[in-house]
This record gives sequence, C-alpha cells and structure tokens, in this order.
Amino acid sequence: MTYSLFSIFRDALAGGERKPAWRDPEPKSEYDIVIVGGGGHGLATAYYLAKEHGLSNIAVVEKGHVGSGNVGRNTTIIRSNYLLPGNTPFYEWSLKLWEGLEQDLNFNAMVSQRGVVNLFHSDAQRDAFVRRGNAMRLAGVDAELLDREAIRRMAPYLDFANARFPIEGGLIQRRGGTVRHDAVAWGYARAADRRGVDILQNTEVTGISVDGGRAVAVETTRGTIRAKKIGLACAGNSSRVAAMAGIRLPIESHVLQAFVSEGLKPMIDQVITFGAGHFYISQSDKGGLVYGGDIDGYNSYAQRGNMATIEDVHEAAMALWPGLGRVRMLRHWGGIMDMSMDGSPIIDKTPIEGLYLNCGWCYGGFKATPASGWCFAHTIAYDAAHHLNAAFRLDRFTTGYLIDEKGAGAQPNLH
Amino acid sequence: MRIACPFCGERANDEFTVLGDAKALMARPAATSLEAFDAYVHERVNPAGRHDELWYHHGGCRQWLTVTRDTRTHQVYAVVLSRNNVETAS
Repeated sequence: MTYSLFSIFRDALAGGERKPAWRDPEPKSEYDIVIVGGGGHGLATAYYLAKEHGLSNIAVVEKGHVGSGNVGRNTTIIRSNYLLPGNTPFYEWSLKLWEGLEQDLNFNAMVSQRGVVNLFHSDAQRDAFVRRGNAMRLAGVDAELLDREAIRRMAPYLDFANARFPIEGGLIQRRGGTVRHDAVAWGYARAADRRGVDILQNTEVTGISVDGGRAVAVETTRGTIRAKKIGLACAGNSSRVAAMAGIRLPIESHVLQAFVSEGLKPMIDQVITFGAGHFYISQSDKGGLVYGGDIDGYNSYAQRGNMATIEDVHEAAMALWPGLGRVRMLRHWGGIMDMSMDGSPIIDKTPIEGLYLNCGWCYGGFKATPASGWCFAHTIAYDAAHHLNAAFRLDRFTTGYLIDEKGAGAQPNLH
Repeated sequence: MRIACPFCGERANDEFTVLGDAKALMARPAATSLEAFDAYVHERVNPAGRHDELWYHHGGCRQWLTVTRDTRTHQVYAVVLSRNNVETAS
C-alpha cells in the first residue's frame, strides 16, 4: 500500500486499524544475499540491492527488532561538512540521498534541512574552519562562513560574553539538519520489504560458515541460512560478528551517550555545535532539546555510560548556552560505537570470498545511512567498491592510506 | 564507574585516561615484521566481556594501571600496577 493523503482518509474511514508495514516471514534455508544487522545501514543496503541492482532473494537478519540499535540511539543530525577527499564526496552523496529519501521510500522521515552551524572561538579555529569550508566548496558542498553578529542574530541566547570561549563566528552548512531517526529504519524496512526483501527479526547470528575460503552460510538462532553473499552491517558488534569468520578488525567498541530535555517551545532553529568543547544540540519537533558530546572513552558493550561524561557534556552546554541551566534533562541513553583506528569507516570486501564488511562508523554513522547502504549494495552486487567508497578500505591500516580527519592517530577513543 | 587504585583507593573514572587493550599494547613486537607491527598498532580483539586495559591515573598517583573489567557490565574485577604485570601480559 502506498502512503498518501488519500490513504490517510481511506484508512480513517475504514476504522483506522493499524496494519503491519512489513511482513514477518519465516527464514528460507537459502538466499542469494544475507545482510547481518537490521539497523539503518543494513536495511538501506538491502533496499538499494533490490532497487539499484534489481536483485531479489535477499534477507536481513537482526538479533532484536528493526531499529533497536544505533539508528534509534543517535542525535539525528545529517551533514556533509568533511575535509578529506576520501570523505567529502561520500557524505555529500549521502546528503543528496537524504534530500530525496522520503519520495523514494514513500515514507515521512521528517527530513529537516534546518542548517548545521559549527561555532569557532579563536583565530586559529577560524582558519581551520575556513580551510574546511573551502575544501567543501571545492567538492561542490555548500558552506558559508558567518561572523559573530550573524551568529548573534541567529542564536541570541548563546553566551557572547564568555571571556574564555568567545564566539567569533561559525561555519554553516544550510543543507544540513536533522531527520526523524526511527522513521529512517522503518522507512527502509518497509521499502525493502515491498521489494521482496525478507526481514528476519529476533534472528541472532551465532556463527559464519566458511568453506574453502568462501563464506557459505550464517548460523542463526532460527537455524542455518545458506547464502551466496553475506554482508555484515553490525555497528558496535562488528568485532564480535567478524570474529565468527576469524577476522580481527581495527575497531574498539565504545559507548556514546545522548540526552533529551523536557519538551519546550521552539528555542533553537538550527543544529549548533560548540567548538571549544565537544557538544552539539538541536530541538526535536516534539520540543525536546537533543544533545550530546564525547564518547565515555573506555571499551564498552553496555549501552549505558557513566556520570563523568554526563557532567562533562552539561558543563559544555552551560559554557555555550547558560540558559540551559533552567532546563531539566528528561532522559539519556547510550549506544555502542564501532570506533575505528583512524576515525573513518570501512565498506569493503574481506579476505574471505563472498563476505563483505560495513563498519567503523565511529559516532558519525547516522548521517551516512543512505550512502552507506547505497555503496555497500554496490560493493556486494559487483564484488568491487564504488568510487565513492573506494577509500574506505580494510587494508588501508596496513598500506598507510588512512583517513584521519582529526589527525589523532591509531587511538579509537580520541576520534 | 569507580576504579580501586592500589595507591589512591577508590576513585571516579574521570580521574583516569584510558589507553586501551593491555594485552595488545604491552606485547610490542620487534620492528622488523611489518605484519606483526601493523597488527600491534591496529588490530584489537575488542571482546564483549572480561578485558584487561591500560588506565593512567592522571588525577592521582600518575601510575599506569592494568584494570580488568567486564565491557558488558562495567564491573571492575582487578586493578594492578602495570609495571608489575608486564610478564603475565605478554
């Protein structure tokens, strides 16, 4: 059923009974392609395999329910303001896919291009942001430098009297913004299902069978599923799943916390990031302020963090926007990030034939969802990377072709 | 998360800086093998469960400690001085 204004009226008149948006099929014993991980990236991969490459007989296996991982645990920001050549075209393609996503999926994902402002607080930081903005514009991405007064007109509630971290201006990407995160998972799940993809929820992968250097099946809690090709899109659990095939990854799993305040009237129109600490904030359509900061910094699979980081994030909040001190935090949660050794992702083949890898998103995976799925689908379909993900190789750590935006080195908790 | 430092007693985790997997980082290979050095710098087991880690107590005794922790629950099992742990770690 296609969603439209007409369908809303028709369903309302018919009693408004809710129907499942995708099937709940029994697993078949064999598929052409099995994607492990029913989050944003896995579902997008399955969708683009069907849509862009005309493939069928595809399954997505998910240990919990669709969207129970990081696609439902992020701060919903989309942007493509990257500096390095390996990253910029990829993230820009992702933003272009976001721009047409709702029409493509026939699903309201509430894509809101409200603008992303990165504030700078010193002359040196201005220089760095000018450089990034210029790199973006050379790559065909929109970027605009705003001075202090332009920022003041945009967000007068920020602390412009802060002597230690004065706001000198900001780099804005007006096409950036936010997306209703859960709707991304649901939209891709429904659209993939409509193209015949079997979405197998509550089906946990417990093993990967390799025969003669070739991946041939996944063992699951609902039996063995044979597959000609297997794609892994397991985010924070990538190391555990890859280990089932004997692969050790350049990844550590870390917990990132995010926060939502009580519901408030509209206060902040853009996504604003603090340049003197790590802090980013926007407001959801429901009214809650959605914000976050750094990862906790220690290995974790716990999906919850510690007080020290909570305190640190709120200190940054107060330094940027003192009025937040009157706002109550409503809830917070943690997601498990696949932090890579250079802070950039991996979308590549593996040393095992028929086994493909999509991981290392650190805490920037949400904005990448459409392009990640699109490029991973291409990589699986043609057994070769698209030029947009050509730099996201697994062997770059050996060859030295790292993509380290921060220049922090092989230290995952610093990216 | 509270870390029971052997010198300073039980302290909050923000007094510490985490470097990472103690077994991987303390088993530095000879610089002659590219493969071994690549694995040493980049590859991690990254287990869900018991994990030995190097923690530096910058807010206290400024010693490198090996913290054994469960990455699923954040439970701390043991904290020892890393210097005394070199033999068993490698």
